[in-house]
Amino acid sequence: MDLSAINPVLLIASLMVAATPILLAAIGELVVEKSGVLNLGVEGMMIIGAVSGFAIAVETGSPWLGFLASAAAGAVFSLLFVLLTQVAQANQVASGLALTLSGLGLSALLGQSYVGIRPPQMGKLDIPLLSDLPVVGPILFGHDPILYLGIALTAGVWALLKYSRAGLVLRAVGENHDAAHALGYKVVRIRILAIMFGGACAGLGGAYISLIRVPQWTEGMTAGVGWIALALVVFASWKPWRALLGGYLFGGVTVVQLNLQAAGVAIPVEYLAMSPYVITIVVLVILSADKSSAPAALGRNFHASR
Amino acid sequence: MKLTKLLTSAAMALGLATSAFAADKTKVGFVFVGPVGDGGWTYEHNQGRLAVEEAFGDKVETVYVENVAEGPDSERVMTQMALEGADLIFTTSFGYMDPTINVAKKFPNVRFEHATGYKTAPNVSTYSARFYEGRAVQGTIAGHMTESNIVGYIGSFPIPEVVRGINSAYIHAKKVNPDVQFKIVWAFTWFDPAKEADAAKVLIEQGADVILQHTDSTAPQAAAQAAGNVITFGQASDMSEYGPTPRVSSIIDDWAPYYVARTQAVMDGSWESAMTWDGIGAGMVGIGEISDAVPADVKEAALAMKASLADGSYHAFTGPVNKQDGSAWLADGETADDGTLAGMNFFVEGIEGDIPQ
Repeated sequence: MDLSAINPVLLIASLMVAATPILLAAIGELVVEKSGVLNLGVEGMMIIGAVSGFAIAVETGSPWLGFLASAAAGAVFSLLFVLLTQVAQANQVASGLALTLSGLGLSALLGQSYVGIRPPQMGKLDIPLLSDLPVVGPILFGHDPILYLGIALTAGVWALLKYSRAGLVLRAVGENHDAAHALGYKVVRIRILAIMFGGACAGLGGAYISLIRVPQWTEGMTAGVGWIALALVVFASWKPWRALLGGYLFGGVTVVQLNLQAAGVAIPVEYLAMSPYVITIVVLVILSADKSSAPAALGRNFHASR
Repeated sequence: MKLTKLLTSAAMALGLATSAFAADKTKVGFVFVGPVGDGGWTYEHNQGRLAVEEAFGDKVETVYVENVAEGPDSERVMTQMALEGADLIFTTSFGYMDPTINVAKKFPNVRFEHATGYKTAPNVSTYSARFYEGRAVQGTIAGHMTESNIVGYIGSFPIPEVVRGINSAYIHAKKVNPDVQFKIVWAFTWFDPAKEADAAKVLIEQGADVILQHTDSTAPQAAAQAAGNVITFGQASDMSEYGPTPRVSSIIDDWAPYYVARTQAVMDGSWESAMTWDGIGAGMVGIGEISDAVPADVKEAALAMKASLADGSYHAFTGPVNKQDGSAWLADGETADDGTLAGMNFFVEGIEGDIPQ
């Protein structure tokens, strides 16, 4: 056993990178669920974002355009879910699953000519002086801009939901869509916007995997991250900061367990491998012991005539 | 009356047509563990499938299902293939072993070929490649090239196949560099690019400057490239798009000749259950071009190793070799028998850490 081989600064820096895709997707899904819609298609929207972000970044040579395209693609792809659930009044669970399955298939098709290509690299934030600080520099000031965007989004969503009128309306729609409708709010329109926001965030999260974390395109490369993000939203009791905590915890334990393995720690590997899931669930379950519960209208379809 | 007759004859004609059709075409099914675009393991199996199509043209029809999880779901996929009239089914991952045996019992007339396993039946063959011979070449290069003397190894599952590879690479790295140390991370997946990339990054952060992988995607190559000053080896497929660095060489699985031969055997009716285990000599294991990043003398040593493995003058497991606990395994000059190799569940002396049980 040689724990000194683990560099805590690098460890924290890399856990933030590992957590960012989950965080981005979870924040988007949190807004969707707060509006009363359960979209199980996160995984599908992520992989669509991953492939389109990758393709655009490769074609244009600009990772920024890639990320922009991934958000747009995620939002456009979520329109399929909008069409099914908000227009055709289809079952949300089934529609979400359909979105995931078709996203995985479509991305494999779109990505065929991009296997084995290297994407343009996104530069890391490099602030003179700050980024060179010994411990704080690599942890706080040495990342790519999208990682900060993830944190900023968390703060933004939190402030929006808690303090703004728009957030109040969104929550009203999610708690009781009939009452919100009676008050004159456009329930369907608000939900469509929320779903598209969720799609854009998931797309960004997917592109983060294909452009920064891995960085390459391979079929099925999101490998279940979307599902983890979905579970995270529930365990975080629909609270943005808890989603951030859960995401960092999950990313953190994932990276720590690999580090422990490489350092030869004598804990059976199976326990290490399951630890990210177990620890994240335990912590978030303990945190969610307060009275917060799911949005009351979650998963229920709304039609003005009923 | 006339109508009935017409219908009957139509049905008969149709029946004849279908059976004639079925007799003409040999249907070959493939069950893949990852996507055909993974750039590694499944990609090469799919190349083998395409080779079968090319070799037999209209006489053969191939079907495949990708991303099939190891375990019960694979049994469903195989059953479906057999019901749809497949004559020969290749199941291309270790975890399909028991499902293959189970399904084979239900379809005695369908031939099954299971990759990398050790269970056979009258209608089940196994086939595998002696990847550990390729690992010996990799170990030789890794031992010479490492400057930190730390070699990182990304394992997938703790099965004999993977353990053999680790042992072989270690023995040959140690031979040319007595100070070499292996850091092993078990990813518990064959294919998860993000996790593989994380594993590679962790190993690099802990000082490894050579990364060997036994997982299927090219993600570790990309991670090594981003880190710089780290070398890797292509796994299962050449992965030459990452050369000349970080990828300095590779192990290439060439299944095409085997797949063509076995399909031919089914057509001739000469198919018999067998256990095939071929290595560099038979061409099932290829060593990808060693790039210019490797010094000439190291390249020469690696090629000499490859040649001696190919002509059989050297066995990758030649004594003296002790097991991890220090007990003797192979005496001086003794070579390992295939039975021990097939079920290898121990590390050799010098490797740190335990195999997850």
